[in-house]
This record gives sequence, C-alpha cells and structure tokens, in this order.
Amino acid sequence: MSARPAVAAQVVNRWLRADGTLDVALLRGQFPILQRQVNGRPLVYLDSAASAQMPLPVLAAVDHYHRELHSNVHRGVHTLSQQATAAFEGSREKVRAFINARSVREIVFVRGTTEAINLVAQSWGRQNLRAGDEILITHLEHHANIVPWQLLCQTAGARLVAAPLNARGEVELEALQKLISARTRLIAVAHVSNALGTVLPVRDIVQLAHARGIPVLLDGAQAIAHEAVDVQALDCDFYAFSGHKLYGPTGIGVLYAREALLRQMPPWQAGGDMILTVSIDRSTWNDLPWKFEAGTPNISGAIGLGAAIDFVESVGRPVIAAHERALAVRASAQLQELPGLRLIGTAQHKAAVVSFTMDGIHPHDIGTILDTEAVAIRTGHHCAMPVMEYYNLPATARASFGCYNSASDVERLIAAVARVREVFN
Amino acid sequence: MDLRDLYREVILDHNRSPRNFGRLEPADATAAGHNPLCGDKLNVTLRLDGDRLGDVRFDGQGCAISVASASLMTEAVKGKKLADVEQLYREVHALLTDQNYTPPTDLGKLMALGGVREFPVRVKCASLCWHTLHAALESGRNAASAKVSTE
Ligand SMILES: Cc1ncc(COP(=O)(O)O)c(C=O)c1O
Repeated sequence: MSARPAVAAQVVNRWLRADGTLDVALLRGQFPILQRQVNGRPLVYLDSAASAQMPLPVLAAVDHYHRELHSNVHRGVHTLSQQATAAFEGSREKVRAFINARSVREIVFVRGTTEAINLVAQSWGRQNLRAGDEILITHLEHHANIVPWQLLCQTAGARLVAAPLNARGEVELEALQKLISARTRLIAVAHVSNALGTVLPVRDIVQLAHARGIPVLLDGAQAIAHEAVDVQALDCDFYAFSGHKLYGPTGIGVLYAREALLRQMPPWQAGGDMILTVSIDRSTWNDLPWKFEAGTPNISGAIGLGAAIDFVESVGRPVIAAHERALAVRASAQLQELPGLRLIGTAQHKAAVVSFTMDGIHPHDIGTILDTEAVAIRTGHHCAMPVMEYYNLPATARASFGCYNSASDVERLIAAVARVREVFN
Repeated sequence: MDLRDLYREVILDHNRSPRNFGRLEPADATAAGHNPLCGDKLNVTLRLDGDRLGDVRFDGQGCAISVASASLMTEAVKGKKLADVEQLYREVHALLTDQNYTPPTDLGKLMALGGVREFPVRVKCASLCWHTLHAALESGRNAASAKVSTE
C-alpha cells in the first residue's frame, strides 16, 4: 500500500512506457527537426552537447511570443508589454525553481554560458582581484572558462592556475587541493566536461574551497540538461549555463549568483533597464537582477527557455540522464570493439559524451564520412585546446546524446564508423 | 555528395605515404599554417634555386585531405619557376572553390582535389598547404629584399 503514491506519480509522466522506461518514439515526435533527411537518409543527431534540438512546446512558445506578445519588457503600460513582461519574468521564476535558487533576484539572464562567465570576470573579478592573486581552474575547461580569466588576470596582474587531469580525464581532488594557495581568490571549474564527458566532484570542490573562504563558479553548460542541478545543495557561488544546450533557443542563458555577491558586484554593462535614476552626473542602479541586464533582453529566448524547462521537467532529469547514459555506455562498448579505435576520456563518473579517435584517420575525415551517412557528430578540439594538448591529439570525434536519441541511433553510429574504415582501406 | 569523389585513390595514397615529408635544413624560407577549426598544423620549408623553387618539404598533422593536398602540392611545385608556382596557386584555389572552373591546362594529379568543392567545409583543409607555401615564398622574398637593403 505504501508504494502507491510513487506508482501514481510515475503514471502521470506521459513519456514513460508501462515498464517505466522512456518512450523514445513518442518523445521524438516532439522534435520536428529529427524528421529531416540529410544526404537522402534520416538524420541521426549526435551533437546535443553542442546544441540540443528544440521540442514543439519551445517552438510554440517562441512563435506565440512573436505573434501575440512582441513588445518591449518592463517599460510599457500597454497590454502587450505587460503580457510580454509577465511571460519573461515568468521564465525567470521557472529557472529559479529548476535550479532551486532562493530567489529570482539571483537569476540573471545573459546570452549564454560565455557571457555569464565574462560577467563574473569583469564585474566580480575586477572588484576582487589584486596583483599576485590566483584563479584556479582545471585542465579540462572549455575556452569560455579559460579566456575570460586570462583577460582578467592580465589587467589585474593575477595568475591563472590549472589543476591537472589523470589519464582517464578526471580531476583528482588531492591534485586540485595542492594548487589552492593563500592567494587563491576563486575556483572556476566545469560541472561536466564537454570534450571528455567527465563529471567533476563539484560538491567536494565547493566544500574544499569554502573551508578556505574561496568562492566557486561552476560552468554548468554541459550539466544542466543531464543532471538535477540544485544550486543550494551544490552550495556554489556562481552557476552558468546556456539555453541551447537545454532544448531551448540560442542567445539566452543564465548566470546564477548568490544574492549577497550580486549586491556587492558593480554593474558590468550599462544602459537602459539596469538603472533606477539617471542624471548627467550620476545614476543609481536598478534592483537585482535587472542591475545586470542592460538593454532590451532576449525576450523570446527567455520565454523559449521557460518552455524548455517545462518540457525537461515533464520528462524528468533522472529519466533523461539514465536513458542517455545507457546509450553512451552502449555506444562506448561497441566502439571499443572496433580495431584501432580509442576512447578519449574514460572517467568513472561520466555524462553522455563519447569522444574517440581512430588510428591513422583524422577526426575531420571521420566527421565528413559520418555526415554522408547522415550521422551528425562534432569533430575538432571542442573549444578545449588544453585537453587536446594534454592527450597530445589535434582533435577528437565526439558523439553526444540527448533525450531523443534511440538505440537505433547507436546502431547507425557504429555502422557509419565501420564505414570510415572501409573508405580508408 | 559521393565520398569516392572526395577520397579518391590518389588522395588516399598520398595520405598513407606522403611525399616530400619532413623539413629542409637549412631552408631559404619557412612558414607555419594552422587551421584552428580542425587543429591542422602544417610547416612548409623550401629552398630557392634562382627563380625556381629548388626544393620543398612539408610536415605536420592533418586530415587526409590536408596531408594529401600538401603532398601533391610539393610534387607539383618542386623545380618550377616561382611565377609558375604563383599561377598554379591561383588555379588550384579556383579548382577548390569554384563549381564551374576548369583549369586552362590539365593539372595532373592535382585534379584529384576536384571533389573537394562538393564539401565546402573541407576546402580549407585542401588549401591550407597552398596558403602556407604562399606565405613562405612571401617571407623568402621579404628576407631576400631585407638582405638586399642591408647590403
Ligand atoms: C563546458 C562548456 N562551457 C561553456 C560553453 C559555452 O557555451 P555558449 O557557447 O553557449 O556560451 C560550452 C559550449 O560548448 C561548454 O560545453
């Protein structure tokens, strides 16, 4: 009897089959782009780590905004502006609930992960970094979590320090801990690596850092669609992610920051919307979070992101994560069977990313051949050149999975990779 | 799009066993080319012989198209008059990018690169070596003229 509520809760999830597994066919029906043909064959989309596709409710929400609500936010007495503002701010509340922030004042809309990190570097960083200070990152970061700190370090006379990886592509806590010094002012690390799929021990990293009074920024670009992210449980100080990796539109993203930090931070960009009063001599800043949102924001993007969050919640992040992980494990196992194939990034705790190389065949050639088979993967350095340097590789091929991928996608991938060998023999 | 048109036998062969692979030391001119999109890195070293390209070698890391194109290039330009090398540079560029281009004379094995233009994202792979050679020749010219001016 006591099991009843749980069973009832499962039945409500319309994306699950009776046996509790994800009904992928049903879910795929929500993604019109997956009906596309490429080179005369049905598309197999294995590049969700770059950008995840958008489901119908997201397309509909963006379309509805453009047809019915389009107007500027926060500044109109007329109906359209009021409704657009309500939808825009409604999305902010959805984001807040999604990552369990305490307040919408902690949710700043930005262009994406890159802009979120630049905001922290330019606002918090300039205010808090002095000559001789250090920022600690890791060797697996995306360029978006390296270069903004380099720029900051150059202006502040500070130093960027990177924790090493082990052969599996993991960041070991002890190695990271050794690099924390009395001058460390910030630790900025990926939650999940885009190039290797490694899930970092972020909870432990935050604990280590906080024990020394050091704030932590988490680059959540690759985690947000694949893990249940709870910023209070993580206890991080900043969390950055992009809408387009969460089944939402491009050009919208989120910076979560602790309210106490945001209060102290100076504005980054200035202009309309971020002020309360302006005279020629001086201005006063708007309340949080608008103090950090100068100019007309990406309104349709934010509304689309809100719809994407509703969609992801309707499926459930644990369901998505388990489904994708199973596909990635299956793909990894089958790829490893192929002669001359090497998996890059074999962390124990891994997300749904499979990076690999093939003996004597450059990843770029793999990518082209797979594309002729309508299998879309990413090849290159994945904006993580230090990772490539670490493995002494020019590039890798990377297949990444989303909620809509199926077992047959894995089969098509394996067959296409086998075809690569044929072409080269 | 036919893969066989991109990965022709000649291309696969030159990728497997690149000709003129390595570095000339000393060299009259060198240049390094980099294609950040795919991480291709290529060095070209060359020696001049009067108004001719006496010898040329390349090394580096790259995809099949990039390695084969560089290998084919070194074969094609070695011993040629510099003016003819420039002319060939322009013709290959047109062959790689212009759908309707037919070279005025048969470019020999270089014609194997004709399939690349069906794959626009791969054009840079094939042209990297030519741009690098061009840069090396330019630097050779500048070094020579610099030498002249200091004498
Ligand atoms: C780990 C990681 N960080 C940052 C980014 C940058 O995200 P965006 O380009 O949306 O700003 C990406 C996207 O590839 C990523 O994977």
